[in-house]
Amino acid sequence: MESLASFFLEHQNFIFLLVLAVFLGVEVIANVPAVLHTPLPAVLHTPLMSGANAIHGVVIIGSIIVMGHAEPGDYLSLGLGFLAVVLGTLNVVGGFVVTNRMLEMFRKKTR
Amino acid sequence: MESIQHFIDIWPGNFALQIIYLFSSITFIIGLKGLSSPDSARKGNLLAAAGMGLAILGTIFLHRTPISPDGSEGFRPIGNLIYIFGAIGLGTVVGWTMAMRVKMTTMPQMVSFFNGMGGACAALIGLIEYRGLAAHGGVADAGFLLIIYLGVWIGSVSFAGSMIAYGKLEERIRDFGGRSLQIVNLLFLASLIGAMAFGIARPDAIPALPWIVAAGSLLYGVLFVLPIGGADMPVVISLLNSFTGIAAALGGFLYNNQVMLTGGILVGSAGTILTILMCKAMNRSLLNVLIGSFGGKGGAAGATGEQVVKEISATDAAILCAYAQRVSIVPGYGLAVAQAQHTCHEFERQLTEKGVEVTYAIHPVAGRMPGHMNVLLAEADVAYPKMLEMDDANPQMPNTDVVIVIGANDVVNPAAENDPSSPIYGMPIINVDKARNVIVMKRSMGKGYAGIENQLFFGKNTRMLFGDAKSSLEKLVAEVKAL
Repeated sequence: MESLASFFLEHQNFIFLLVLAVFLGVEVIANVPAVLHTPLPAVLHTPLMSGANAIHGVVIIGSIIVMGHAEPGDYLSLGLGFLAVVLGTLNVVGGFVVTNRMLEMFRKKTR
Repeated sequence: MESIQHFIDIWPGNFALQIIYLFSSITFIIGLKGLSSPDSARKGNLLAAAGMGLAILGTIFLHRTPISPDGSEGFRPIGNLIYIFGAIGLGTVVGWTMAMRVKMTTMPQMVSFFNGMGGACAALIGLIEYRGLAAHGGVADAGFLLIIYLGVWIGSVSFAGSMIAYGKLEERIRDFGGRSLQIVNLLFLASLIGAMAFGIARPDAIPALPWIVAAGSLLYGVLFVLPIGGADMPVVISLLNSFTGIAAALGGFLYNNQVMLTGGILVGSAGTILTILMCKAMNRSLLNVLIGSFGGKGGAAGATGEQVVKEISATDAAILCAYAQRVSIVPGYGLAVAQAQHTCHEFERQLTEKGVEVTYAIHPVAGRMPGHMNVLLAEADVAYPKMLEMDDANPQMPNTDVVIVIGANDVVNPAAENDPSSPIYGMPIINVDKARNVIVMKRSMGKGYAGIENQLFFGKNTRMLFGDAKSSLEKLVAEVKAL
């Protein structure tokens, strides 16, 4: 319990940031009038999910850091780190490209 | 304060890196905001992608870790650069190819797949980090262990769950288990949480515990998604999407990395709202989706087997449509499976030339995911204003001469409005039964994705046009042309 309290105090800026980001995330999505007053902005729902999916690919940064500090002789860590970076990249690249493909289809029409 | 000054003195690049992270965080926020409006969606996505690229490059070249906690012994840059670039190169080529090759019909699976990759990445980070801790002999404080365990847990569940959702959407995995499995799941979840609490309280007791938690979480992810009906997979994917966001944010705690925290939490909370909105569109609660087994025992309306359906020939259907004033097309996943979007658009053009007013009525969950059908029709060059959302299409139904239901079933099932025993009762539907004539194009009398009977097919205004959607539409196009 004591160590949890010290953890909180040590990371209090992060915890504040975390809580504020939670509210920000809700507002960014929910403040679109179309979302509030109609059941769903159906057209953009799938691209929105897909785009959000790409953004959580930011986890790749953690995998780069962990890979970057793996000891050169520690093959298990190196192997897992390599895998983590590959998977993170798949998430980022695949996520953004697939979202872009979806949105391109609408662009042709709205122009 | 002193050590921060020290840090900047030794490594001015850190200042640049923090600015990059701040900038990237802003691109994520604006990008997500942009994605929620049609005009700015594409720009928003590209902006977030640019921010991501910058954050990745910045991390590779500018990130430094202090060797001792106060930074007095200097800093270590990112090593193993060859492997890192190799991994990024490999991931980029594979991810790009997959994303470019995937057919728009199977795109929800793809989103689920990429989501699973992110979850697995987060879980691996936790596992490697734990190994690093053990190797340096210093067992970290409870908070740090908590973050590692949570990351491993949420990441693994998200990965395994996404893979099952992927399999279900591909129709390779059937629904499995019912309420009894739900109870087993709850007990399993409780024991996983117990194991993590033990691992935090007694870090030295079982060195392999994080691996055990990872394996258990993978199994839990599988069991969590297995009993949920295939029709509810979009909700599950959206939920797992926000799980991965949270797992990514935990990584931010691990490395004091703000961009991971903001990016992850944004997706975590926005994804949760998105999930709830999706449930609302089906007029159900999230709990109902996760626990109620949708369509598992859909025999409630089973006494309808004796009824007869009326068939219509392609010629009659073509005449009916060509001499109508207003025709509305209700597309469903069957249309997409038959790859008939282009033929459908051709049919719509032929009718428009004959002076018929043609629109599309699109249910929010038509296809496999909300908005999926719009994407598919847009791919076939259907004009954006012709796609009406359910709420705009329904008031027009009584004035519509012909409704053509193509490969849709549950979203036009009147049982959702008038049969309280139906599993889809309460879900808003497109009221095609209010139209003057209904033509249902179907491959056979099979049930919809939710596995329940549809009274619409036996309605007095309804006529069935059996056959593959694409060849039926081709016949209709030919008939209309010949008129």
